[in-house]
Amino acid sequence: MGKVIVVTSGKGGVGKTTSTAALGAALAQRNEKVAVVDFDVGLRNLDLVMGAERRVVYDLVNVINGDAKLPQALIRDKRLDTLFLLPASQTRDKDALTEEGVERVIGELKKYFDWVICDSPAGIEKGATLAMRHADVAVVVTNPEVSSVRDSDRIIGMLDSKTLKAENGERMEKHLLLTRYDSVRAERGDMLKVDDVLEILSIPLLGIIPESMDVLKASNLGAPVTLADARSAPAQAYFEAARRLAGEVVPVTVPGDKRGIFGKLFGRKAA
Amino acid sequence: MSILRLFTRSPRRSAPAARERLQVLLAHERASAGSDLTTILREEILAVIARHVQLDADRVTVKVDRDEHVSILEIDVEIPLDAARAA
Repeated sequence: MGKVIVVTSGKGGVGKTTSTAALGAALAQRNEKVAVVDFDVGLRNLDLVMGAERRVVYDLVNVINGDAKLPQALIRDKRLDTLFLLPASQTRDKDALTEEGVERVIGELKKYFDWVICDSPAGIEKGATLAMRHADVAVVVTNPEVSSVRDSDRIIGMLDSKTLKAENGERMEKHLLLTRYDSVRAERGDMLKVDDVLEILSIPLLGIIPESMDVLKASNLGAPVTLADARSAPAQAYFEAARRLAGEVVPVTVPGDKRGIFGKLFGRKAA
Repeated sequence: MSILRLFTRSPRRSAPAARERLQVLLAHERASAGSDLTTILREEILAVIARHVQLDADRVTVKVDRDEHVSILEIDVEIPLDAARAA
């Protein structure tokens, strides 16, 4: 049985879709079978970020309603054999998702895939609660910024009360993915530091994704950043996070710790 | 901006302010999020203590703090000096 991950945040625009695509691809690059599922019904974007927007025929709502079978709706990634996308519907709204329908689809996906990664919509409404409902693990995507941290705290509270795991009295596994981190600004004292966010949210750290042009470049091209430029700093950080998700013990690389030869020769002390 | 300021500019850091504001806000929001439990506890604790000591209902706070492994239930009851003596 595969593991179900929800990528969630509460706040919009912090990098849920980018992270879903990047983590999904990173796990698939390890030859594991991965399905990424877009739960943002009405505002789908995972297809676009993954470069599959022109190949969408059926979607999650079609499968839930029985208009299509799961294999018909799944889109195989052109670059990675083991990566599949289940897109959201663009023309419906979130009420088209039903609790039973979602349960059935997730249950079926778990049989065929090692990882089922659910890209949650922003907010705390039905779409977001259904995306987290059946999860085994939650990845809470947070920017080092007050409104994002506050919303993440709210989402953590929901993960601990509204999920199936929580209702069964089990402990929901939660991980923090800190995105758009700028170590120079953090060192200068103008951005919350990793430790600040960790202390406030009290959940273990999955990874730190540095603020980078490479993320936008990748989405411009329709490729997960781990595929678009595997050697870029954000890609490396996502690979590291994926290894940690898969259970490996990997020390967290704090962006800015490793400076290249030029940084060492000419770099000023950041503090 | 004067040239002088370029040299004397003291680094006014904003991150500590963000951190502090969040800590205060979230302590409050976490307490009200589990409002059912904290309200019930507050009422019942108040009733038990009121049986023995006169107290002001507004001076009782019940707070739930979340940690990675445990949640801490904090009950703060303020008992007026004369009420304690009278009991």
